[in-house]
Amino acid sequence: MNVRRLNWPLWVGLLLTLGGAFSFLLIFVWIPATRDFPWANLLIFLIAVVLLVAGIRRGFASDRKRPTASKIVTSLVALFSFAVIALFIFSVFVVARWLPPSKGAPQVGEKAPEFKLQDTTGRQVSLSQLLSEPINGTAPRSVLLVFYRGYW
Amino acid sequence: MKEAGVRPVAISIDSPEESRNLAQGQGYTFTILSDPNAEVIRRYDLVHAGAGEKGNDIARPAEFLIDLSGTVRWVNLTENYMVRARPEQVLEAAKSIK
Repeated sequence: MNVRRLNWPLWVGLLLTLGGAFSFLLIFVWIPATRDFPWANLLIFLIAVVLLVAGIRRGFASDRKRPTASKIVTSLVALFSFAVIALFIFSVFVVARWLPPSKGAPQVGEKAPEFKLQDTTGRQVSLSQLLSEPINGTAPRSVLLVFYRGYW
Repeated sequence: MKEAGVRPVAISIDSPEESRNLAQGQGYTFTILSDPNAEVIRRYDLVHAGAGEKGNDIARPAEFLIDLSGTVRWVNLTENYMVRARPEQVLEAAKSIK
């Protein structure tokens, strides 16, 4: 048996792990079908885990040329990969749900509290103004308030 | 949105300058309002305490559709900040407002 064989499942597993994590931000977050639930990324991670497990078995096999070095490298790569997967899953399924309940937020049928805030030109704008001022000559029929986290 | 008579208004703690840069960079033409001290955000009970870049209070994502009488007609308070309201949902809700 070739004792110098490359532990390809381990390295492909690592690449898939990184690819699975970054592709969400770069690609899948822009696609409606994969945006709200990252099933494509979870699938990539599943394949990565299978390869990583195969890579661990290979790295810990007795026929390695330098068994100790192989075990160390295999352990580090596998641990790093599993940490990335765990962090991804934690961020997407746990951290993203850390939101206040907002029980006191205006509900359907209630009056929206009036406010006055500065727009990007420095002008003070109130909700009642937004509800009454025409848009390009026609009166609005509704106002959509979008609260967002900022820092973009 | 324009055809449906919906006026979109975005609100965050960003300063008018930051919002202006955002609007220019992205080509946004809708109104963007600044609530640097999260006063209105607090009045709407949307404060996400300490979640800002410097541990400051910011708004949790939330969308409200308000008719001309000032009454809330549709609300979206997401439980997951990765999942936001989609334009189709808003337009569907806007249809019921004459």
